[in-house]
Amino acid sequence: MISLGLIGLLLVGAPLAWAGERLGPSWPQRLSLVVLGLASAWLLLGWLAAAADDGVVETVALTWIPRFGIGVILVLDGLSLVMVALTLALGAVAVVSSWTEVGERHGFFQFNLLLTLAGVAGVFMAQDLFLFFVFWEVMLVPMYLLIAIWGHEARAYAAMKFFLFTQISGLLLLVAIVALVLSHQAATGVLTFDYRLLVTGAGSLPAWVMVGFLAAFLTKLPSVPVHSWLPDAHTQAPTAGSVILAGIMLKTGAYGLIRFVVPLFPDASEALRQPLMVLGAVSVVYGGYLAFAQDDFKRLVAYSSISHMGFVLLGVFAWNQLAVQGAVVQMVAHGFSTAALFMMAGALQERLHTRELSQMGGLWQRAPRMGAVALFFVVASLGMPGLGNFVGEFMVLLGAFQVDVGPTIIAALGLIVAAAYALLLMQRSFQGAAPSGAPELRDFGARELAVMILLMAALITLGVYPQPLLDVSGPVVDGLRALTGAAR
Amino acid sequence: MSTADFQALAVHLVLGGALLLVMLTVSFRRGHGLAVAVTVLALLASLAGVWVALPVVPRSVTPLVIVDGYGLYLAALFLIATLVVVVLSQRYLEGGRDDPEEYYLLLLAATLGAVTLACASHFASLLLGLEILSVALYVLIAYPQAGHSPLEGALKYLVLSAAASTTILFGMALIYAATGALDFTRLDAQAGAQPLVTAGLVMVLAGVAFKLSLVPFHMWTPDVYQGAPAPVAGYLGTVAKGAVFAVLLRYLIQTGALTSPELLTVLTVLAVLSMLVGNLLALRQQHLKRLLGYSAVAHMGYLLIPVIALAPVDPASAVEAALVYLTAYFAMTLGAFAVVTVVSGQQVDGDADLLTAYEGLFWRRPGVAAVFTVMLLSLAGIPLTAGFIAKFYLFTAGVSAAAWVLLIALVAGSGIGLYYYLRVVFAMTRPQAARDGSPLAPGWSSQWTLVTLGIVVLLIGVHPTPVIDAIRQLIEGWSG
Repeated sequence: MISLGLIGLLLVGAPLAWAGERLGPSWPQRLSLVVLGLASAWLLLGWLAAAADDGVVETVALTWIPRFGIGVILVLDGLSLVMVALTLALGAVAVVSSWTEVGERHGFFQFNLLLTLAGVAGVFMAQDLFLFFVFWEVMLVPMYLLIAIWGHEARAYAAMKFFLFTQISGLLLLVAIVALVLSHQAATGVLTFDYRLLVTGAGSLPAWVMVGFLAAFLTKLPSVPVHSWLPDAHTQAPTAGSVILAGIMLKTGAYGLIRFVVPLFPDASEALRQPLMVLGAVSVVYGGYLAFAQDDFKRLVAYSSISHMGFVLLGVFAWNQLAVQGAVVQMVAHGFSTAALFMMAGALQERLHTRELSQMGGLWQRAPRMGAVALFFVVASLGMPGLGNFVGEFMVLLGAFQVDVGPTIIAALGLIVAAAYALLLMQRSFQGAAPSGAPELRDFGARELAVMILLMAALITLGVYPQPLLDVSGPVVDGLRALTGAAR
Repeated sequence: MSTADFQALAVHLVLGGALLLVMLTVSFRRGHGLAVAVTVLALLASLAGVWVALPVVPRSVTPLVIVDGYGLYLAALFLIATLVVVVLSQRYLEGGRDDPEEYYLLLLAATLGAVTLACASHFASLLLGLEILSVALYVLIAYPQAGHSPLEGALKYLVLSAAASTTILFGMALIYAATGALDFTRLDAQAGAQPLVTAGLVMVLAGVAFKLSLVPFHMWTPDVYQGAPAPVAGYLGTVAKGAVFAVLLRYLIQTGALTSPELLTVLTVLAVLSMLVGNLLALRQQHLKRLLGYSAVAHMGYLLIPVIALAPVDPASAVEAALVYLTAYFAMTLGAFAVVTVVSGQQVDGDADLLTAYEGLFWRRPGVAAVFTVMLLSLAGIPLTAGFIAKFYLFTAGVSAAAWVLLIALVAGSGIGLYYYLRVVFAMTRPQAARDGSPLAPGWSSQWTLVTLGIVVLLIGVHPTPVIDAIRQLIEGWSG
């Protein structure tokens, strides 16, 4: 009941936070935080109570639509646990980052925020493909509203583009899921959407079925060439929306690749391994290259996300333990570092009313605390050893090198590009001379600083001692790899 | 005729009697409230007739009519939809012209035609039902006195619909000339590859495609939707189309016409064109009713997918898919038009049709906007709404028959569709424009209708099993 309780808590909390509007101006945020706190406690207690050997903490299986063999199957295992914990943590970060930014209708804002989180948490736990698809699509609607209502100047365009890209690729996923299920039925006589049954009896499916899955997950990741929705959506979304989008939603694509694509289609994955790894490497370099050319703080960070998620793609299709575990670490670390950078962009926009780097400069003197924090996350983003991102990228590269040298070398070049755009970001915003006549700048307050310090602590922990994380996700990764017949 | 025959005809008989009752009521004692009350009671009584007829089905009553689970399910659907339209119309018609009573008479007549179509098993009853339905609709569309667009719509519909009816009639004549039969069940053996039969079939199909507004016979749809009063447009989009589709499906399955590859090709072309063109034309519409009209074109295209993909091999599954789709489509279309009706308030100054009239609806009337959002998302096929379950059936049908052309059109059409549905949602979220006159507070009956339809759409989306089970039970053993 951990998984059901968790989703239920978020679903019940959403209207409560909305109703909190009546109590006072900052009540929706407070209620949201309480809900997220309760959910985290619930998850932690459930995890501690269940002694899991094989990584599976809990399985819930209920029938839903027997006509099609559809059930409510939620499995909480190590990998899901990591992702759900990340979801809740970054959800809280998003709530704090929206504390003052969202002027009116804050209740409805928190309502949508919590619903998005519920959808994402569902995606990370669902192991019935129909249910997975439902969560996959449903999380888009509140996210769409977050961008469309509270976004910046070009929000209509960005929200629409975001929804269309993900939805159309989602329809291809649906076709592929149905094809997978029907071919399973033809082979075994059992009509079921249960992933646990499908994965064992998948057999040799035509490769195009995998393409349907890939379309959805690569768009969400996103990988070149289906990345163009991301810069717009991330730039136009309110800060909390960007935090959720970059911090968690992109990871649903990566999670889908690890959980579904490779285990369901081991042969096709092997056949397409090299093109996909090259695609990952190209994403790394091309995303970084585009980031370098941006003048918009948020847009730069958005493009850097494409670059970082390229490592995940590279790692997943290398499919050895080192690389996949590296991809998991990279997902978590990127979640924290990007969330912080988007918060920084939001804080700057709130104070300066611009995101243009050309309008900034010399901010360090005017807001030294913000400067120090920004420097930390910028170097984390460029892969400084000792911080989480380095561990992830290093493990991915190490693992991928054993499988395919070419793409790995290309991807390694991405680290140089990352240094270039990250330092440029720092230089143009915080260093240099302040524009003359610049007004006083409000530095980070206690609330913002507290969040940032927590995120820093998380990244340092991940960078210095990532083993606990690896221990939690390890058994699941091994299990999935065993399904594909990969040797440990 | 035996007692059981009368029992089977319960719905038709009650509805016919009710029609007379309303007519007499209106002629002896005029009163809007009274007319509505009698109509609602009549519809409820007819609905009860469904349960009266249920124990004796399936039963052929005369060669003209067959009462079976399929027909009864659709009859119930039509009656409930009419009930919704009646409830919505009451407040809408108040303050308009001073004689709104006959409106309800016409609605009941149209519904009688629709119910007849649902149970028609003979060309004669097909034509009878079609004409009762169409003639009542001509008047309903032109019912409001204000403005000339209702009149324009009605005239357009009258001319084109009459042309379609004659085409159907001509097609029937050709088929009769070749086979000597008008009865669906007897057409089976004799219909073959005779050129006259094929020609007749194509003419019948063209006429039906017009009534269903399938591309390229869709031209009338946006104008008529725009001209018709909102509740009538909702009726036109649901009951009128559903009834014609019902008889088409029964005809195609019972006569075995689907074994002909030419016919399948024609249907595929109609479906693909409707899905693509309907959605593309809806893309740039600034008028909500036109937008919904084009979206209906696309939805009728979707609805053909199970007919083409499943009906030739597995009629029962095709009927199940079609009925689930129709149920969802009825709920969400009526919901959308209910919102238009409520936002329009009263018909005095025409309907709230422009998208700008919906700007800021989220902040002015959050409840109405929430229901509308649910309806639009359902029309777009987003999960947890009825529209998704319906679309899921289509995907399953398409994949199981490996009908890739249809699936590609479905994916492309849904993608385009999403764009214009979301545009409406986005318009509702915009900050309220500086406009005077927020819409009237809807009456309690309209409010409850909105809430109920919203709940129905969500309920079917979240827990579709009861509906699926009911449909499967009713069409059990129905192989045509």
